[in-house]
Formats: sequence, structure tokens, C-alpha cells
Amino acid sequence: MSLNVDSVTKKFRRFPALNGASFVAPQGSFVSLLGPSGSGKTTLLRILGGLEFADSGMVRFADLNWLDMPARTRNAGFVFQQYALFRHMSVADNIAFGLKVRPRNKRPSAADIRNRVTELLALVQLPGLEDRYPSQLSGGQRQRVALARALAIEPRMLLLDEPFGALDAKVRKELRADLRRIHDHAGVTTVFVTHDQEEAFAVADLVAVMKDGRIEQYGAPADMRRNPRTPFVSEFLSA
Amino acid sequence: MTKRILKPIEDPLWLKLLLGGVTIGFIAILLLLPLVLVFKEALAGGLGGFWTSMTEPDALASVRLSLIAAGIAVPLNTVFGIAAAWAIAKYDFPAKTFLVTLIDLPFSVSPVVAGLVYVLVFGMQGWLGPTLVDHNVHILFALPAIVLVTIFVTFPFVARELIPLMVDQGRDEEEAAATLGASGFQTFLRVTLPNIKWGLLYGVLLCNARALGEFGAVSVVSGHIRGVTNTMPLHVQLLYDNYDYAGAFTVAALLAMLALLTLALKSVLEWRYADELAAAHRH
Ligand SMILES: Nc1ncnc2c1ncn2[C@@H]1O[C@H](COP(=O)(O)OP(=O)(O)O)[C@@H](O)[C@H]1O
Ligand SMILES: [Mg+2]
Repeated sequence: MSLNVDSVTKKFRRFPALNGASFVAPQGSFVSLLGPSGSGKTTLLRILGGLEFADSGMVRFADLNWLDMPARTRNAGFVFQQYALFRHMSVADNIAFGLKVRPRNKRPSAADIRNRVTELLALVQLPGLEDRYPSQLSGGQRQRVALARALAIEPRMLLLDEPFGALDAKVRKELRADLRRIHDHAGVTTVFVTHDQEEAFAVADLVAVMKDGRIEQYGAPADMRRNPRTPFVSEFLSA
Repeated sequence: MTKRILKPIEDPLWLKLLLGGVTIGFIAILLLLPLVLVFKEALAGGLGGFWTSMTEPDALASVRLSLIAAGIAVPLNTVFGIAAAWAIAKYDFPAKTFLVTLIDLPFSVSPVVAGLVYVLVFGMQGWLGPTLVDHNVHILFALPAIVLVTIFVTFPFVARELIPLMVDQGRDEEEAAATLGASGFQTFLRVTLPNIKWGLLYGVLLCNARALGEFGAVSVVSGHIRGVTNTMPLHVQLLYDNYDYAGAFTVAALLAMLALLTLALKSVLEWRYADELAAAHRH
């Protein structure tokens, strides 16, 4: 039941974005993809979410041939840097979306959906904001709603692309701690993209440092700090 | 008392008055006066005369034909326009700029030329004409040709309105919907359509106004059969050429009223949904 990413490559036109990225993450672990801008973090994450297609390589998750499944059947919650909330829907409708589009026989009743929304808003610490619209929320609140929306489908994998990139330092710290708490509570496998090494080390069990579409080093934060394997990694960690 | 100082970009008063006066004068003489005159002429014989001209069978037939042609062309162009805008805004493909140029083609080609092209294709001397007539299918000088040229001439309106709006909105929300388990159709109905609905309605209004008013292209393919293939604009010309000024201005006044109705609806939309439409107008 682990996530096994094996030699994934991806070119945009002729330009290589991923040059054979591989890592293995145990079920329920919190992995951070860390690297400078342009190193391929977003591309790898979008491939895991089914929003981009790999040219070659394999991904297995819980014995599923992950890359052969369309995004909508992967049941992987995705959180975007720019929130991507449905702008014409209230907070409650945003969070309920993934439940409401289920086929009739798997769709919870209206009352169950309402309860689930209330529960999720409490979990992301925004109780009572059901009727607001995304435009009436702060950046931090929007990202909490996006997180609640991704969690509503009871995902088996949670994918986050620099989710706190647009927020100020204080809000980032709060959200980071909440994200870790929610991850532990939900028991999902989480892949979290960031270019901020302090953030990656503070929140993740395993960190993959990326450079030019490859994973330079992969391991637990403490090991990596003690034993950086390449000059690039040691330089990046001390920056 | 301090002396009033001109801001760097402020023009002197005389220039402002001149520019304002010229603009208002221009609008009054070229736009408003003709409109007023149309209604004045239409009502020259009193309301009774207006009613008689309006309910004359050939006039009614032209109104019906115009409404049928617009009634077919506008929904089809709404669907085509959404499909084209969707493809351009949400997908990457090599011939994209070419497709955008192609969508604008009806705006840059004279409607008369568009009409002639259909004559070339469907006429008795054309490619398909003889075969079609052998099979008893009549396109030219009948409703199908009128609908086809109307579709051609009004094609860009919906697509042009939606493309900048949908490009601006990006594909983030559609991607989010996919990861949440929505099908393509669910995503379109629940996410894309609500986001574009006001821009769409606006494009449909413009498309409809032009569909009802189109003269040149329809004139070439209609055959001008009184009471059968004359749309409202064609009927106006026919009455006018036959010195039936009361009749001509009555039908013209009807057309003008449809235009004013469109303008009024458009203004209401602009006023009510200013924010949502603003994004659509960053051409
Ligand atoms: N849609 C795209 N078209 C062309 N090139 C792209 C596209 N997306 C990403 N790239 C390129 O692929 C490389 C990796 O990008 P990305 O995965 O976004 O990096 P990161 O998220 O680490 O900043 C970059 O050089 C970027 O310019
Ligand atoms: Mg990125």
C-alpha cells in the first residue's frame, strides 16, 4: 500500500521537465518535493494527480497502476497554489462539490452532505463560514476551504502544490501545523510541493530534493541535514 | 482664493466643450435623428395606418421568416461558439492562432461575398446545386440558404465574447473539478457554464441582433420572393422600391424596436453584472 514512483519522464514539446524521477513513500507518509523554481516539482505532482501525462515511467499506488487511471477515478485530493475555488459557489457548495457529483447510488443524502461540510469546516478551523463566497475570504481562509474541499472526497492521496506560496509568513506557519494535524488525522499519503526548505523540513517525514527534473536526494530531514549527498543539496539546505 | 491649476493631463475647458459638442452633435445627427424619423414616418398615417401596414400578410410573413432564421441560427451559433471558445481556451494545439483568425473571418469578409459563395456551392451552376435539385432538395432561394448565410455572418459573436473570458479564467477550476471526481459533462454544467453565463448571454444578444438585421448576404441567396423568402430587411427594401413608404417605414420601425429592445437588455445586463462582464471586455 505504498506510493512507488519509478523513472517518470516528461517533455514539454522538446524541453525535458522530468528526467526520470523515482521515490518510494510508505502508506500514510508525508513527503515533500523540494527544489528551486523550474526543477519539475509541479509537473511531477500534476502527473500524480492525473492532470498531466507522463511520457514514460511507472507509478504504483496501493497495487493500482496509477498512471492508467483518469484523474476523476484516482480519488486524490489536489490543492492548487492559486486556490482554484469555484468562484460562483458558496463555501458550502465548494466543499460539497465532490460529494454532489457522485453517481446517485454513492451520493450521500443532502442532510449527510450538510453535516460533512460542517465537520470539515470545523476541521480546517473555519466554523460557520458556509454561506460566504470565495471572493469574501482572505487568502489563508481560501486555502483552508480548498483543503476542506479536497478532504471531502475522503481521498486516498493528498497532493498540494505550494499551497501556502501566496500567504504571509505567520499564516504559512499556522496552516502548515494544521495541515500536518489533518494529515495525521485522515491517514492519507500526502505529497507536498514547496521551494522553502524550512517549510519542507518542518512538516514532512521524507523530503525529495529536486533539480533539473531529477531527484538529487531523498530521505528523512535529519539524515539529509547530517549527510547531504551533493554540493547542490548542501548549498540548497544552507540557503 | 487659490488659482485653479491645470493637472498635467487635463485639457483646457474650450477643448473639452468642443470635443463634447462634436461627439453629441455627431450622435444626434447620425444616430438619433434617423431613428426618430423612422418612427415618425411609420406613424405618419396614424396608429391605424401603422397597424394596417404591420398586419399586411407579406409583412407578417417577413417577420415570421426573420424570426425562424434567427431562431435556428442563434442557438446553433451559441453551441458552435461555446465549443470553439472551449477548445481555444482550455486546450493547447498547434493551429490555435489560425483558428482564432478563422473565427473572425465573417467579420472581415463582406456579407455579399459570403452570399455569393453559397450561390457558387448550391446554385444551379454550382458544385452541389444540380445534384441537390435532382433529389428535390432546395437550398438556394429558400429557408436553408437564408439560415446558412445567417449562421456564417453571425458566427463570431458568441465565440468572440467567450474566448477572452474563458482564457482569463484559465483551466484551474475545471482541473479541480476533475480531481474531485466530476465527469467532463458535470464539469461543463456545474463549473464552466455558470462562470461564463453573463458573457454568453451578452454574445447571444449581439448575435441575435445581427441575425435579425442581416441584409447583404441574405439578399444574395434569398431570391426576393415576396411573402415567401423576404426577411424583414429585404421586405423593407422591396416596399421602399415600390414607393410604399408607409409600409417600408412600418417594418423598419419594427426592426428598430427589436434593436432598441436588444440595447435595453444589454444595458440592463451591463448595469446588473458589471463585475462579471468586465473580464469579458479586456479585448
Ligand atoms: N505547460 C508547460 N509547457 C511548457 N513547458 C512547461 C510547462 N509546464 C512546465 N514547463 C517547464 O518544465 C519545467 C519544470 O516546470 P515545473 O514542473 O513547473 O517546475 P517547478 O514547479 O519546480 O517550478 C520548467 O522549465 C517549465 O518551464
Ligand atoms: Mg511549480
